[in-house]
Order: sequence, then structure tokens, then C-alpha cells
Amino acid sequence: MAGSIRGSGIAEPSAALAQSAPRPTARGRRWEILRQAARTRLGPLGVLVLLLAVTVALLAPVISPYDPLKQDLGHTLARPDRAHLMGTDNVGRDVLSRMIWGTRVSLLAGFGSVALAMVAGGILGLLAGYTGGHTDGFLMRLMDAVLSFPPLVLALALGAVLGAGLGGVVIALGVVYTPTFARLMRGQVLTITTREYVEAARALGAPGWRVAWHHVLPNAATPIVIQASLSVAFAILAEASLSFLGLGVQPPGASWGSMINAGRGYLQQAPWIVFWPGTALFVTVVGLNFVGDAVRDALDPRLRK
Amino acid sequence: MLVLVTAGVFTLIHLTPGDPIDVMMAESVDDSVKSNLRRELGLDQPIYVQYATWMGRLLRGDLGRSIRNGEPVIENVSRRIRPSLQLAALAMAVSLLIATPLGILSAARRNTSVDRVGTTFALFGICMPNFLLALLLIFLFGVKLRWLPISGYLDPLEDGWPGLRSLVLPALTLGLALAAVVTRTLRSSMLEALGEDYVRTARAKGLSEWRVIRGHVLKNALIPVVTVLGLQLGTLIGGAVITEYVFALPGVGRLVVDAIFARDYPLVQGVVLLIAVGFILSNLAVDLLYGWIDPRIRYR
Repeated sequence: MAGSIRGSGIAEPSAALAQSAPRPTARGRRWEILRQAARTRLGPLGVLVLLLAVTVALLAPVISPYDPLKQDLGHTLARPDRAHLMGTDNVGRDVLSRMIWGTRVSLLAGFGSVALAMVAGGILGLLAGYTGGHTDGFLMRLMDAVLSFPPLVLALALGAVLGAGLGGVVIALGVVYTPTFARLMRGQVLTITTREYVEAARALGAPGWRVAWHHVLPNAATPIVIQASLSVAFAILAEASLSFLGLGVQPPGASWGSMINAGRGYLQQAPWIVFWPGTALFVTVVGLNFVGDAVRDALDPRLRK
Repeated sequence: MLVLVTAGVFTLIHLTPGDPIDVMMAESVDDSVKSNLRRELGLDQPIYVQYATWMGRLLRGDLGRSIRNGEPVIENVSRRIRPSLQLAALAMAVSLLIATPLGILSAARRNTSVDRVGTTFALFGICMPNFLLALLLIFLFGVKLRWLPISGYLDPLEDGWPGLRSLVLPALTLGLALAAVVTRTLRSSMLEALGEDYVRTARAKGLSEWRVIRGHVLKNALIPVVTVLGLQLGTLIGGAVITEYVFALPGVGRLVVDAIFARDYPLVQGVVLLIAVGFILSNLAVDLLYGWIDPRIRYR
């Protein structure tokens, strides 16, 4: 889905040092990756946005000034003022409070669905690539079938099957993203299983699952992690789209997408109902994109120059 | 492949809790009327029998009838496909108009302010949810400036100018998002091509930079762009679901959403199948285009 965004211009030239240096310890390598990620221009900004969003989501009950569900029919469509910093919506609910609670939904959906897809796709891809033969053929055709649907249409249909609620959307999006991970993992596994160390492990009599788990999986992980970090932003967008269409968290519960949908009838009188959750959504997605790019730049050796 | 797709869609839709008859009819309707109707439509049969019946008809070119309005699925779709195709074509045009110059300039003037405008635009376009962009455009051009209609549809081929006007905002919504992706792809594939030896040769020959780019770089940078355009057709359809919903356009995307929410099984199956087929065909067309763009690629 995501191509290279700013080309390869961002990877610092000094990154080459990391490669020519003697093989660092696992801990040292982790530091090196973090240092790499921090050196990109926008990565730290993205991490800041992500941390802010996570903090808001965790502290929602503490920092939310009002009950996000409490209606005040004498105080509807109120302009932003000192009492309601972001105004109120068409039934007098505080927009700021709803936005704060909506953060939880977005992050849960984004990270939940990608985690699901990563695990499911990872296992399927490992299975397909490692066992080969008919299992491989069947699994990959299945993944192709999933991929032959436009993603949003598939997510809509699945969401309708699984029923309303956040869980349904997380699973639906998880299924939609699974083939990407499965294909990546299979490709990795196919190249790794031909390496000498895998052969050596086999020759030493290690059982198949042990070879897969200890030798293949850790070496196949990098592209999967990169893909996951790039996917979260898209998953958050997708969740917002689905809840905009009426799936996902049901009213009166607050999610950014459903807030925007509810506010679109009041664009003229009360644009703030759409503006604030829209801004929150956009900033979060941009921030996560920066994080994703930084992770990719740090982990992908092909981009190092 | 398509068998898997159809079986998947079929199971999926029939697993959906809720029953089309219940959704369609008031609760007060007598149960015997409902069960008669179910028998008539074959909804009382086990799911594999329903699937076999459906597949049998499908092979004879019959997609079945909508449960809600009783019309053949094909007619439902063909009525809705015009607005969708017009929207897709306009959106594609918008995106190419924006993305081609922006992508080329971004790559040719790398790391200048033009490049920064291009990359920033690409980033914003990719991160901007479709529905939010739609609402922004509605707010700006419909509510504040009152230049363009904010919803509804007139056929530009029949109503001319007002019809075209009704499609401007939806096409911009979809086109801008697509333009972002295309700009990004074009820029990075051009940067790659710019680093090749033949570009150095062309420059050494004394060709002007413009001719180097037009004759040597652009041609070689096209393949990834065409791939992305083909893949984006799926997103265009998906994005059209939202755009058609926001702008109240009577297109295929809206038909899918309505059918899913109404549990209109034959309609959902038919439309989703057609969309998937269209998606697969467009990707096939892209594969064939490769050979035309780059004669080095041959299919045996």
C-alpha cells in the first residue's frame, strides 16, 4: 500500500558505519536502531504524537472534563468557550470529552487489527512457506482471493457479518490485512529456508517446529515489523471510515469517525463538531506515518547508503 | 480462484445475523406470509443448496434478483454503474493532471522547495481520510463560497454543465487522494531512473535536461506508476463507497452499502462478485500494459 515516501533521501550517510562496524550485540543493535530512527527528521515528531495519543487514551477517565455520553439539550451546538473548549454537539455533548474517549477506540482498532493480521498472517505465511506443496498452494490462493476484493468493501461486508461493535471492526480489518503479512512472511521463509544455518540445524536433528521457530522466524521478522508499523496508520483510517459508515462503536459511544458522521449535518451551524475529531484523526495518522517511515529507514538495510 | 471468491462471499453474507425478510417487513406481518416468501426465494434451504442453485444460475449468466425490489441484479448494477464510471474517470483525470507535473518536478528538482511541496502534498493526501476531505470541500465550496452543489447527481452526458458540476466535488475528493499516491510513486521511480547509466549517457550527449527527462527517464519510470494506478482502482472503488455516500451519488459503491445493510443477499453477492471481477480484470489489463510500455517485458 505504502510506497517509499520521501525516497531514500532520509537515510543518513553515516548509517553505513553501522554496517561496517563489527557485529554488535543484540542490545547494542537495538540502540543502533533507535539512534537511526531518532536521526530521521520526522521520526521523533511522530513518536511525540503517538505518545500523546497513547497518554490521552490511557488517561481518558481522568482528563475528560465531562461525561462523553451526557446530553445537555439546553446547550446544543454551543460554540467553543471556556466551559466547553471545543464546543458541544447536536445533543449538547462535550466535543472535547468525546474526542478524548474516541482516541481509545482509534488506537485500539489500529494496533489491535494490525497485531491480529501480523500474528495470523505470520503463522499462515510460515506454514505455507515452510511446508510448501498443497498447503502452500491452497493458503496462497486463499490469500489471493481475499486480496481480490477492494479492501474497504471487504471490511464493510465482514463488519456487517461480525456485527456492530469495536471487536467486529478489529477482526474485519485484521482479516483484510492478513494476506499482506502472509505473503511477506512466505517470501521471507522461502529465502531463509535455503540458508546454511537452517540446513545445519536440520542436520543436527532439530524438529521442524524448532527450526521454524528458532531459526527461520527471527530472521524473517524485519519486513514484517516494517509492514506492521506502516499499516497501523492505515488501519486507524479504515476504522474511522467504517465507523463513519455506521459500523464499529455504536451510538452513543464516541469514535472519531462516528462523531464526524454525526456532525456533517451541522457543517454550517457548528463546524467544530467535525473539525476537532477530524484534526485528531489526521494528526494521529500523519504522526504514525512518520513513525512507520522512521522504523523502515532504521531497519531496512537497502535504504542505507 | 473465482470459485473461492464466490463461495467466500456467499458464506459470509449468509452468516450475517439478521434476515432479509425481517429487515424488509414490519414485525406485524403474519409469520406464515414471511415463511411463504422465504420458501419462494429458497431461503429455507440449507446454505450449500442455496450456493449450488446460485452457482448454477451464475454459470448460465444469471446473477439472480434483488430481494428488495425484485429486479435482476444486473439491472440494479447497470442503472448504478454510469455515475460510478463517470466519477472514476473524472477522478483519474484529476489525479493525473495534478500528479504528473508534481511528480516530475519533485524528482527533477529534488530537495528544492518544489520537491517539498510535492512530498508534503503526497503525505497529506495519503493521510487524509476520504470523508474528511469530502466534508472540507463541501464546507469550502458548498457552504462558504456556494460555488458548487454539495450533493445529488445529474448525468453530465444528458444534462451537460449542471451534471458536470454535480460531479466536481466528488471527483476532486477521490482524485486528490489518488494524486497523492501517484505523485509519490512517480517521484520515487523517477529518482531511481535518474540514477541510471543511460541517463548519464543522455546527458553526456548534450541533450537538454527536459529531453532527458521526457525521452529517457519518464518512460522508464512509468511501470511502477501503472502498477499503482491498477491497484488503486480497488481503492478507487472502495473510496467511491464513502464518496458516493457523502455526496449522495447513486453509484455502485452506495448500492453495496445499502445492500449490505438491508441483507439483500443476491444483490450483495452479485455486486461484490462484479466488483471483484472488475478488479481482477483491471489488474490483468495493467499486466498487459507492461508489455506495451516496456517492450523488454514479453509474455509467453
